[in-house]
Amino acid sequence: MNLSTTYLGLPLPHPFIIGASPLNYKLDTVRRLEDAGATAIVMHSLFEEQITHFQRGVEYHLHAHEYSVSEATTYLPGTSSFRFGPDEYLAHIARLKQSCSLPVIASLNGTNEGTWIDWAKLLENAGADALELNLYLLPTSDEEPGGVIEQRCFQIARLVCQSVRIPVAVKISPYYTSIPHFVRRLEIAGAAGVVLFNRFLQPDIDTEDLKHTTHLELSTSSELLPRLRWLAMLRGRTTLSLAVTGGVHTAEDAVKAIMSGADAIQLVSVLLRHGPEKLAELRQQLENWLTEHEYHSLQQMKGSMSAQKTPNPDQLARTNYLQILQSWRA
Amino acid sequence: MTLERKITDANEACANVAYRLSETIAIYPITPSSPMAEHCDEWASEARPNLFGTVPEVVEMQSEGGAAGVLHGALQVGSLATSFTASQGLLLMIPNLYKIAGELHPFCLHVTARTLASHALSIFGDHQDVMACRQTGFALLASNNVQEAQDMAAVGHAASLESRVPFIHFFDGFRTSHEINTYTPISDEALRALISEEAITAHRNRALTPDRPQIRGTAQNPDVFFQAREACNPYYDACPKIVEKVLARFEKITGRQYKLFEYSGHPNAEEVIIIIGSGAETCEETSLWLNARGAKTGVLKVRLLRPFSLSHFIEALPTSVRSIAVLDRTKEPGALGEPLYMDVRTAMEDARDTGIWTLDNHPRIIGGRYGLSSKEFTPAMVQAVYLELKKPSPKRSFTIGIRDDVTHLSLSYDETFTIESPAVKRAVFFGLGADGTVGANKNSVKIIGDETDYFAQAYFVYDSKKSGSMTVSHLRFGPAPIRAPYLIKDAQFVGCHQFVFMDRYDVVGHCEAGGVLLLNTLHDANTVWNHLPDDARQQIHTKGIRLFIIDAAKVARSTGMGARINTIMQTCYFAISGVLPRDEAIAKIKESVAKTYGRKGESVVRKNWEAIDHTLANLFEVKISDIKLNGYLRKPTVSPDAPEFVRNVTAMMLAGLGDRLPVSAFSVDGTWPTDTARWEKRSIAASIPVWEPDLCIQCNKCVFVCPHSAIRAKFYPDTLCADAPDGFKHMPFKSREKPNHAYSLQVAPEDCTGCELCVTVCPAKDKSSPNRKAINMAPQEPLVECERTYYDHFLKLPEPNVLTLDETVKGTQFRQPLFEYSGACSGCGETPYIKLLTQLYGDRLVIANATGCSSIYGGNLPTTPYSKNHDGRGPAWSNSLFEDNAEYGLGMRVAIDRLADRALWLLAQCASVIGDALVENITLANQDTEQGILIQRGRIMALRERLAPKSHPHASELLLLADYLVRKTVWIIGGDGWAYDIGYGGLDHVVASGRDINILVLDTGVYSNTGGQQSKATPLGAIAKFASNGKASPKKDLGLLLGSYGNAYVAQIAFGAKDSQTVQAFTEAESFKGPSLVIAYSHCIAHGYNMNAGLEQQKLAVSSGFFPLYRNDPRRIASGEPAMKLDSPAPKTALSQFMENEARFKMLMQRDPDRSRELTTQSQAQLRERYAHYEKLATKTPTTP
Repeated sequence: MNLSTTYLGLPLPHPFIIGASPLNYKLDTVRRLEDAGATAIVMHSLFEEQITHFQRGVEYHLHAHEYSVSEATTYLPGTSSFRFGPDEYLAHIARLKQSCSLPVIASLNGTNEGTWIDWAKLLENAGADALELNLYLLPTSDEEPGGVIEQRCFQIARLVCQSVRIPVAVKISPYYTSIPHFVRRLEIAGAAGVVLFNRFLQPDIDTEDLKHTTHLELSTSSELLPRLRWLAMLRGRTTLSLAVTGGVHTAEDAVKAIMSGADAIQLVSVLLRHGPEKLAELRQQLENWLTEHEYHSLQQMKGSMSAQKTPNPDQLARTNYLQILQSWRA
Repeated sequence: MTLERKITDANEACANVAYRLSETIAIYPITPSSPMAEHCDEWASEARPNLFGTVPEVVEMQSEGGAAGVLHGALQVGSLATSFTASQGLLLMIPNLYKIAGELHPFCLHVTARTLASHALSIFGDHQDVMACRQTGFALLASNNVQEAQDMAAVGHAASLESRVPFIHFFDGFRTSHEINTYTPISDEALRALISEEAITAHRNRALTPDRPQIRGTAQNPDVFFQAREACNPYYDACPKIVEKVLARFEKITGRQYKLFEYSGHPNAEEVIIIIGSGAETCEETSLWLNARGAKTGVLKVRLLRPFSLSHFIEALPTSVRSIAVLDRTKEPGALGEPLYMDVRTAMEDARDTGIWTLDNHPRIIGGRYGLSSKEFTPAMVQAVYLELKKPSPKRSFTIGIRDDVTHLSLSYDETFTIESPAVKRAVFFGLGADGTVGANKNSVKIIGDETDYFAQAYFVYDSKKSGSMTVSHLRFGPAPIRAPYLIKDAQFVGCHQFVFMDRYDVVGHCEAGGVLLLNTLHDANTVWNHLPDDARQQIHTKGIRLFIIDAAKVARSTGMGARINTIMQTCYFAISGVLPRDEAIAKIKESVAKTYGRKGESVVRKNWEAIDHTLANLFEVKISDIKLNGYLRKPTVSPDAPEFVRNVTAMMLAGLGDRLPVSAFSVDGTWPTDTARWEKRSIAASIPVWEPDLCIQCNKCVFVCPHSAIRAKFYPDTLCADAPDGFKHMPFKSREKPNHAYSLQVAPEDCTGCELCVTVCPAKDKSSPNRKAINMAPQEPLVECERTYYDHFLKLPEPNVLTLDETVKGTQFRQPLFEYSGACSGCGETPYIKLLTQLYGDRLVIANATGCSSIYGGNLPTTPYSKNHDGRGPAWSNSLFEDNAEYGLGMRVAIDRLADRALWLLAQCASVIGDALVENITLANQDTEQGILIQRGRIMALRERLAPKSHPHASELLLLADYLVRKTVWIIGGDGWAYDIGYGGLDHVVASGRDINILVLDTGVYSNTGGQQSKATPLGAIAKFASNGKASPKKDLGLLLGSYGNAYVAQIAFGAKDSQTVQAFTEAESFKGPSLVIAYSHCIAHGYNMNAGLEQQKLAVSSGFFPLYRNDPRRIASGEPAMKLDSPAPKTALSQFMENEARFKMLMQRDPDRSRELTTQSQAQLRERYAHYEKLATKTPTTP
């Protein structure tokens, strides 16, 4: 069975890639993922805040003590070349490239224009095969209109895309007024792909210590549905590569995603829950499913249930809401 | 020939030669020589080869004594070795110096000449250390500036190899070692041409090796020792000529000429100064200036002091000389004169006796001391010496540079005398340590030095505080080499980078007529004038000074530079001073920013560039039309309520006028009053804590963690609330035992350093708005007036009766701290322990303090943080040395016990007068508790009432010693550098002695005071100086080692992780009748993170097993329990979680991830094993004897 696909111009033997997560932290895990058949790996995100925070940290907490007292000009050797933090990310890309043969997609996460964007180039130089720009956007100002915020996103995407030669995918959230328009603008900005959707980590409350806490809640298959809809909406209307992330836990989930139009499927929760070896199982199950259903290739199925091809496109649009309400009985 | 020019300080210039000529470098860090060793370590870690193609090995030892041993061994087996040291370090090397010289090993030791600790320690420069080595058999070779420090380093190595006489090459600590100046570097080729290959081969051939077995280090007896010792004489006789030969070769290679004795001045000089060291530069320049105006003066610079060559000396001295002043930068109390003076006198006498000096004139010779501890030595002082020489009866022995109103030895001098050339551009900058002023100035010097034909000089003066310290930068640029090793008094440009200094110091006084004053201020050009004190306005007007202002903080904020205003102020200097054309200068600053910060990333570079671009738009000149004075005077340095000594002496020092204090202002033996820090109000915190009584649960944790005793709690009868000033906060005291009492928590607004530890530790949150705690930070300026009044009131509230206070975290924090407002770093992790100690036992506490951070914030003048209670009692504190602290404390313990014994004996003798009952009660008193101590104090008062001085033959003596009948507690305090390294032998012995002594080790895991060099407490995998690739061996388990005697109480504590255990350990250590060792985890700026996270990091250190908490109390054995009690559970958080937060670990993760991972894994395993071992100890049933 030919399961091959192309994502961001990268030819992949099958659509399962590793999504941005801690799965790439340990080389051993990455090797296990590779053995299980992963076709590419998206690294955990390097955050804008991480970059600026560490720059400030070095300035305030290392350099501020230098040349302050007679007896000690500095307190640590080699601080002048110390960048603190993000450099490790670059080193990790290099390590991943050295220790496995998977394409490595670096992930850069930020929402404001600023010098952190320079890091895109550094990620490319460190060996990344592609870049995932995560517009993890949580507007908190009550003065900034949505249009301005979106404009900023396009500007960031444009700057990042311009600064590198490798393909850039933009990971977006489902909370835009017009996702199709937003994606169109990203295409104009130079993006090569779009990833649907960001899962926002939702803070919890520690009621004893009166503070917010965050912990990773793994996804479930139910989260797949909005993704399927927007994959289906976008397939055929954009030339961008489409990836889905969040909610693919079974081969059937994968089939639905491909049918909706995904070029690639990012796996995280299912692998965190069941281990890297689950990927091989999913791939085999996908192949079995295609065989059982007499498909001759993955390509044949791709986008078959997109808005343009589905027999009942109304189900993807507003009328679907109406029908659900009408069919609901208390 | 155009010679390459570079700019650096003498330490680097010298180290660069020593490194290239050596294979083995054994060192121990000591100020001001440490940077030389650090440079070598850095180069070695980069695998930079020496001249012979190999990478020298830099070995950091546990003391200079240890380093000297390594050097001796290395030389013995034929290695080319070097080292760097100063002061006490050099003294510790002396035994081996004799050995190395006695065996004629070629070797060059580079010394930044520094004061020796006598009545006080001083890190600054003079020749006391070097002069203490005259007798060792080492040659003494001096250099006087940066160029010479490099050149003589080369000559020292070369001459030693050829002569076999080992050399000490020295230059003045700080004044030369830390002065940045233009110099011509020496190439590898030049060094190769200078060094004799043959001499190296000969050295190798003399190596001790089993292939040609010989022995050295025999024991000799009266029959042969004397003759054998004389056998080396020919080598010393030959040495000066060999040095001369090397100098000639050096001149041929480099074009720079040096001699054993260098004369400079009028060919027919009548008055000649003979001097060694950087002061010679000042003499030479002054002599030139005077001669140009008709004087006949000269200077004889001594380069090779040992072996002293009579013929070379006489040859260099002009025959016209009529009177000679020999200036010594050292003091030899009780001698007929200082060493150089004695040498010169002897030399002249010998020269006459031997016919070398054949002339009839017998020049008069006088001797003077100058420049001890880097005391300024200026042209005005040199002029005074020449004037003295012209007098018919000059002082035979004098001092210059101070006012001696006791023995009247000092010469007066004209302070206004100056020889500064108008061609030299001079600038002085006042900044804060943290604002980056010094770094920016170093950078400016490099720009000017590199981009113009100017020669440049920079020297930096720091105050004695570790937090909020002031820096003063002195920069000179000129068309000729700058030889002015003294501070600038009249600059054409003065930059004041912190406006608050205008109120504290005479900043404008440093500006010459027609000069420029640049102020960093929040005020604008229209209003700034009204915010200047009258004396500043007067001077600005009278001197015709141009005033410029900039709000650098605003520019920094708007360009994301935070508090770093350095680049902005640097840009202003270039824009105004015209040292370089403005545009060119700005381009150069940008270039230099790119060079400096390039490795940190493009963003940092751009941020700086943006700041530079914004600067000029915000730089304004203030039009000065009238000088209307409005009676606004600079604030008095200390309150008029301060004690006389503080007003007369401390205040002068605080104002930067300590140089003006006369000899009579000081005690004869270094004794200094305690309790003076409270008179210095530094106001360095931008924000201070504000208390919210409605939320407070009165836990006192904030008080506990405050490193500066700047937040305090009291409870008091609520009737006193009526007398409180308006707005003074209080709340009912939550205590069943103390009804009708109020509780107040109060910040000392001018003493707080704004570290926020109190806010971090505060557990009480507003339930409706949890971002509000019971303490929150708020800007200091709007609060300071009110809070000052409140704090004054708070201090007057009655102290609680200590007998009502339990020994809990809360209870101890109601006790008065007798250690307050020290100059320690903001957020210091050491001082809370010391504060707690003084709260518990301050009224009966004697402290022996090892040199290091704790001796600097504990006793570095101008102020003293150890204080007194209302009875006038408080800690008696002393620092002897670095290495001897445990022994020093033991000495105190033994002696105090003997004095107590004597008092008891006297008590018994006087029983008839005192009464048997009281004598018995005193003698048998149980003083194990606070109550017991207080009752005993009462008995001693009764004794004093009953015992009239003449009531018994022993009465007077008993009255003198009666206070020893109240138990004194002796605590030995020091850092890990002392306890784990240099003082370990002594510490071991003291613990082994079994005496009732307490030891507090403030463990930061590095030599914090000297800049983070590794100690044996440095953890595995941490980066530190001399462990720049991450320390490969684990931290020594001091507690386990010393606990193995079985006689000692040992505890490991971390107040941020478990404050109650900290209190428990202190009380148990104190009550244990034997040696007690408390190892206290101390977070430190050398760990590389925000200190307000110090408590969190302590928690992680404990929970990850990095620093397990325990108390090992041998008393438990008697009740069948194991002595060891673990106070922290088995490691539950990953070690990496702790390590990732600190730059000391993080840097290795970045630099060498594989090694970092390997060391972290090793460390994790080792810590697990250690914990398992502790667990075993904690569960092992003791065998009862």
